[in-house]
Amino acid sequence: MSATWIAVLVTAAGCYAFKLAGLTVPQRILANQRVLRFAELVPVALLAALAAVQIAANGQAFDLDPARLAGFGAAIVALALRAPFLVVIIVAAATAAALRAVGIA
Amino acid sequence: MSAQETDSATPPERNLSITTGGSPTTGTAGQTDRPPRPVRDGVSLGLAVGVSGLAFGAAAVSSGLSVWQACALSLLAFTGASQFALAGVVAAGGSLLAGTGGAILLGSRNCLYGLRLSAVLQPRGPRKAAIALGVIDETTAVTLAQPDPASARVAFTATFWCLYVTWNLATLGGALGAGQLASPQAFGLDVVAPAAFLALIWPRLKTGRAERLVALAGAAVALASTSVLPVGVPVILAASAALAGALAAPAAQSSPGSPAGKPSGADST
Repeated sequence: MSATWIAVLVTAAGCYAFKLAGLTVPQRILANQRVLRFAELVPVALLAALAAVQIAANGQAFDLDPARLAGFGAAIVALALRAPFLVVIIVAAATAAALRAVGIA
Repeated sequence: MSAQETDSATPPERNLSITTGGSPTTGTAGQTDRPPRPVRDGVSLGLAVGVSGLAFGAAAVSSGLSVWQACALSLLAFTGASQFALAGVVAAGGSLLAGTGGAILLGSRNCLYGLRLSAVLQPRGPRKAAIALGVIDETTAVTLAQPDPASARVAFTATFWCLYVTWNLATLGGALGAGQLASPQAFGLDVVAPAAFLALIWPRLKTGRAERLVALAGAAVALASTSVLPVGVPVILAASAALAGALAAPAAQSSPGSPAGKPSGADST
């Protein structure tokens, strides 16, 4: 089995384990306000970090690709205009694709 | 779960929009704001979000995952942000260990949703194993938005099945489609995952200053460490921003308007 398959299966098992644990552990865990707050903030921190790294870096090197930046900017505009999830994605990809097609980036 | 147990959890449950008073008759609690429409809510959100499995399938394959690896993630992990995160690390040629760790850490929020859903769904035995797979942002949002426990159970089932089937079919379609493309970048597919991440946290960024600070700090920590740490590790390090945020200000009990643990995306639908 390839390393990638192992990563896929371990990710699936770990994600499932967290879901099952939530249904299983005593409700009073929620009573700890710091635990609650940490669990709320983890996705905010991680998803922001993921977005930043994938936009501004390529591997360990910084890589500011104009088309990618423009696509991300378009996503921000779409979100500010309250566009639905899928529209945001399509606008972002289409913006980057269009700029690349006309050779700007 | 018994009514007594529910009662013991009452203080932190105050943000639930579901009645958690522990009364066995909560199903008749008449809410006048709107009639329960659990199936409609579940199916419409399930279809709308499920279609974005296309984006995941396409992003996964253009990252270097195989079609079947993309499908396995959607079938077994079934939590979008973690799936995108692992694909992103694979794309950057990063450490698979760090990629897996980051993806699982992202999936930890589902534990919180499970805590909240178990009070409403009261899963037992083998059913619990099946229900667990469906504990994600969207099912939690629709389920907890229902006015009574009976509607909540129907809403969970409708959202889960509709979203699960659509998400997996869309993943397969997106993965097969992207495999046909000579250059995924030409179609802007490298922007899909970051745009999806931003869209997922956008409602949270709008609700709180603390959330915006944590997001900025998380991004800054990750970018600052990108050139010195293996790919994938900076993202895990960004969890320190969440830790700092939680230590600085524990869950604000005084803000029922921004329910604790409210699933990201709940406001956008």
